[in-house]
Amino acid sequence: MANLNQHNMNSTNHSWRNFKNGVMQTLTFVCAILVITPLVLVFYHLLWQGFTSINLDFFTQLPKPTGETGGGIGNAIVGTFVLLGEAALLGVPVGVLGGVYLSEYGTTKLNWWIRFTADILNGVPSITWGIVVYALLVVPMHGFSALAGGVVLGMMMIPLVMRTTEEILQLVPNGYREAALALGVVKWRTIVQIVIPAALKGIITCVLLALARIAGETAPLMFTALGNQYWSQKLTDPMAALPLQIFNYAISPYDDWHRQAWAGALILLLLVLSINVGVRFLTRDRSRQRNN
Amino acid sequence: MSTVTNQTPAFAIRDLAVYFGLTKAIRNISIDVAAKAVTAIIGPSGCGKSTFLRSLNRMHELVPEARMTGDIRLFGDDIYARNIDPVVVRRRVGMVFQKPNPFPTMSIAENVTVGLQLNGVRDSSLLAEKMEQALSMAALWDEVKDRLHAPAISLSGGQQQRLCIARALIMQPEVLLMDEPASALDPIATAKIEDLIVELKKDYTIVIVTHNMQQAARISDTTAFFYMGELVEFGATAKMFTSPSKKQTEDYVTGRFG
Amino acid sequence: MNTARKRYGDTVFRCLTLLMALSIFALVALIGIELFEGSGKSMHKFGWHFLVSSVWDPIAEEYGALPFIFGTLVSSAIALIIAVPISIATAVYLTELAPRVVSQLLTMFIELLAAVPSVILGLWGVFVMVPWLRDHLFPWLQNHLGFLPLFQGPIYGVSMFAGGIIVAIMIIPIITSVSREILQSVPKLQREAAYALGATRWEVTRISVLSYAKKGLFGAVILGLGRALGETMAVTMVIGNSPQIVKSLFAPGYTLSSVIANEFNEATGSLYPSALFEMGLVLLGVTVLVNALAQLLLTTFAGPNVKPQN
Repeated sequence: MANLNQHNMNSTNHSWRNFKNGVMQTLTFVCAILVITPLVLVFYHLLWQGFTSINLDFFTQLPKPTGETGGGIGNAIVGTFVLLGEAALLGVPVGVLGGVYLSEYGTTKLNWWIRFTADILNGVPSITWGIVVYALLVVPMHGFSALAGGVVLGMMMIPLVMRTTEEILQLVPNGYREAALALGVVKWRTIVQIVIPAALKGIITCVLLALARIAGETAPLMFTALGNQYWSQKLTDPMAALPLQIFNYAISPYDDWHRQAWAGALILLLLVLSINVGVRFLTRDRSRQRNN
Repeated sequence: MSTVTNQTPAFAIRDLAVYFGLTKAIRNISIDVAAKAVTAIIGPSGCGKSTFLRSLNRMHELVPEARMTGDIRLFGDDIYARNIDPVVVRRRVGMVFQKPNPFPTMSIAENVTVGLQLNGVRDSSLLAEKMEQALSMAALWDEVKDRLHAPAISLSGGQQQRLCIARALIMQPEVLLMDEPASALDPIATAKIEDLIVELKKDYTIVIVTHNMQQAARISDTTAFFYMGELVEFGATAKMFTSPSKKQTEDYVTGRFG
Repeated sequence: MNTARKRYGDTVFRCLTLLMALSIFALVALIGIELFEGSGKSMHKFGWHFLVSSVWDPIAEEYGALPFIFGTLVSSAIALIIAVPISIATAVYLTELAPRVVSQLLTMFIELLAAVPSVILGLWGVFVMVPWLRDHLFPWLQNHLGFLPLFQGPIYGVSMFAGGIIVAIMIIPIITSVSREILQSVPKLQREAAYALGATRWEVTRISVLSYAKKGLFGAVILGLGRALGETMAVTMVIGNSPQIVKSLFAPGYTLSSVIANEFNEATGSLYPSALFEMGLVLLGVTVLVNALAQLLLTTFAGPNVKPQN
């Protein structure tokens, strides 16, 4: 350093630069902490406010009428799973097969347009999807229904699943495709029996993440599934869902409903986060391989 | 095919050229590949060896912009005829790749039988019998017979490559193409693969691409030397390595090349 | 014969997957058509005036979108002002400055934050954040910056400012993780060149990384803007839902998405829902344009580095 300093690099300049370096390191670190603060606070408050309200009744009982305390949101929990199941029935086959086309067949130009459009669809506000499916299904069917709720969530899954499936299939080494084709296996069998099984874990991961994402969607359900204070008998009935129930309780004036909103939110958050964390553990080795 | 004799070449190739888009990868190739013999393709990297090999079972068509002209006959059948499905060609012409590529989700046994299964063979005793034959031919049976249901990726690199050979052999191809099959292996595993190739040529026609000239000299009967997409010299291996007729060939086999 | 049958299977599978891939375009067409049809009445009655009128009177059947457009733009602007510096600084910290373990841990937390449903953040916003803003931050701001019209007027808690903050919390994880990917794709050589000149870590970041990644980072910000404009539940719960155009950030506002969320199910007659459909159309138009811009910026940035060399 000594002889360097004899050149045009005097030591005050040097320590000023080091100081600046330190300041920026600290500043960016503070920002990173600031970013995760809301997550910590949300989690803390949900646990604090919601945990004591969770008991067996909460999972199994129907909501009590206005003014009475107690009861649960069993119908909303079941409703959320039914809606997710319906959504998966629509979104998974369309999304995965579309992703197969993008990865295994498509032409460069068409693929570009499909990807571009899918990415834009991923950015379409969820409330917009809600009124679209309202006009598409609720109006012609003369009523809100679990079916419409499942369809809107399924539609939102399609671009999500399609893009991630494509990315995951691209990670399958070309050698597997070549090896199968060189055995005289036809292309579609190569895809279905060699390529997709090799990527299966990744595809399941992306489907689960897509489900976790739409599980918390509220806005699109407001004009489709609507919500229901009772158990739904048919898919053509309105159906309760956790996010809807949380919203309705949160904007209500009753303390007991606020309490239940916190508890419902805690359940929903645990559901969503456990899928996210679980998936991360599932895919740990794969992502590590990719980094090397 | 009843007229096929030992003199009929496995491949009769005339004026073969392959293009990728506007670039010509190989051109003016006309050779006869002898049946039940090992033909080695040598040349510096980028000379079109692999493209040539892949044109023999139409694998080059996987590149979207690939195009070929000329004529290739497999034991007299035009493999590029309009009514011929590349899938059928590939069933008659097996292939082993540079890096061992067993299917990672399958066991050893499944890897060997997958070709038959995907082509509709369901009979499990037949599959087991064919599998043993193929593994024995690939000199792997004794090493894996006690753990056929272990994952294929638990094998060593050399074993994996012999597994891939068994996987190709079970289809009973007429020709086996090998694209630098030992380049990813250590010397001992390489020696085993070379022994196997010499053994296999009793029953099979083998075309092997290699960048290792000693390997070509050890195992092949005929050698083709490619340079910049063209065939420079083609003839008996012994002659190629002792008294080549072209200056370029001599420079390459003696290591005086670029 | 066998050959012909196999070929048939290939064609069927190819066409099936193609059809599924093309469903993307069908979805776009569906959204466009339904929204256009739904808003026909309102378009016919109000024309372009709809976009500039600030009257919102369901009883007189007079509808104008301006207060909602204003609310959407202002809350998104507040969100960007808060989110952009924090997100980019965090992305820089994660990729350039943080120790590996810390970076991995923080990245995981940020991805989890991105997964928190909007309605949960809204719930927390209503019961925790808004009271704190009302009792602490807003009075403090009024005391110190009260000379600005932005920070004058009565404090209710629910307000345009609260809406902006909650949207900021929602878009920070998106901007951060896209920015992080952008920064990671900056070639190693870029960094090494600066290090070789004797630059400090921060100087390397500033000279070679940030300037190289400018376009991509801009794309990340625009992507965040797209999400901010369409964000619904959390905003609806904290913005106060009052269609007015005022200077003070402490006053309640209303956004395009939250008016649909609040009033759609109660909209009677034919003109009222039609006006809400037109709001949806306006919202869709704006978000599609913004997202298209973001995608173009991001893909052209990533273009030359499609295959990263590591």
